[in-house]
Amino acid sequence: MTQILSVLSFLLMGIGMWGLMSRRHLIKIVIGFSLVDTGVHLLLVAIGYRTGGTAPIVSDHLPAGLLSERAVDPIPSALVLTAIVIGLAVTALMLSFAVRMYERTRSVYIDKNKELKW
Amino acid sequence: MIKRLLALALVLVVAFLVFPLFAQMDERAEVGALAAAYLSDGPALLGAANLVTAVVVTYRGLDTLGEVTVLFAASAGISLVFGTLGRGTRSADAKNRDDSRSTGRQPPSELVETGAALLVPLIFLFGVFVFVHGHLTPGGGFQGGVVIASGVLFAFLAGTLHHAPHRLLGVLEIVSGAGYVAIGLLGVWLALGFLDPRFLPLGEIGRLFSGGAIPVIYVLVGVKVGAELSGVIDAMRQRSES
Repeated sequence: MTQILSVLSFLLMGIGMWGLMSRRHLIKIVIGFSLVDTGVHLLLVAIGYRTGGTAPIVSDHLPAGLLSERAVDPIPSALVLTAIVIGLAVTALMLSFAVRMYERTRSVYIDKNKELKW
Repeated sequence: MIKRLLALALVLVVAFLVFPLFAQMDERAEVGALAAAYLSDGPALLGAANLVTAVVVTYRGLDTLGEVTVLFAASAGISLVFGTLGRGTRSADAKNRDDSRSTGRQPPSELVETGAALLVPLIFLFGVFVFVHGHLTPGGGFQGGVVIASGVLFAFLAGTLHHAPHRLLGVLEIVSGAGYVAIGLLGVWLALGFLDPRFLPLGEIGRLFSGGAIPVIYVLVGVKVGAELSGVIDAMRQRSES
């Protein structure tokens, strides 16, 4: 499972990076960022997986004593949990910058913004 | 064309360099030493059934405080970009935009309005449920806050909410943010350290009132995330309407 997920996250990050560098449309660049973001989340979750593991939540089916034998690593899950919300906020910030750039240059294409070139 | 080829070449080089790292990753049969300690001691020590919540709120509580700060910084940045900074160009742009938007905005249909009247209270209730039960079931403050913000977005789209209650949102943000830090400091005073939730009774594992101050902290995080993301949605809405 970890191998499949890590290769998938590798592909996702590759697609995101390709989109980030080849597209000129501001919204598409933001989408590329989000794809890289999702790939990183997937990779972190994949690192936390263990063979046959289940969610680290005490319940009737998983009493507290069995937790250290059967539960997956809770630390990457906790990291991803907060990272998703932070990713959402950062994506919203990027989109707001995109709106402002559009208003300044009247163009959604990043290479029309001459101030970024040197 | 040449730019695109260069980008492709760069992506391929990076992929070629990084791929061995990904391909060699083996599935683990055992968790690391730190995670093993959390898993074996966590339930008895903190009384939280959901170990991920125990890590987020207690073991890495300082990180979570930092994440909430990052969220605040992002939402403040959006308000800044859409608020005072944009005001200068807005009047000049307004005419252009009116020309480009020939038909104007359609009002929401009756179906959407009725559906929102039915669903928005349920979405709010579900968000509150998710963050109140964050220490027992999958979920928690961040997820519950996002659910509540999605309910606010739905209310804006359906036209049931016309103006965001700015004062209420501000008060909620201040109270929850300050309350989070205050509970952390109470941990220093009454328990063993900053953000130690054990100054409240731990209770029986799996009950709603268990885990010390963990549910209180998660409720505050949920309120803060919900208020902040609602503020972001409101800033974007005001921008699109002006």
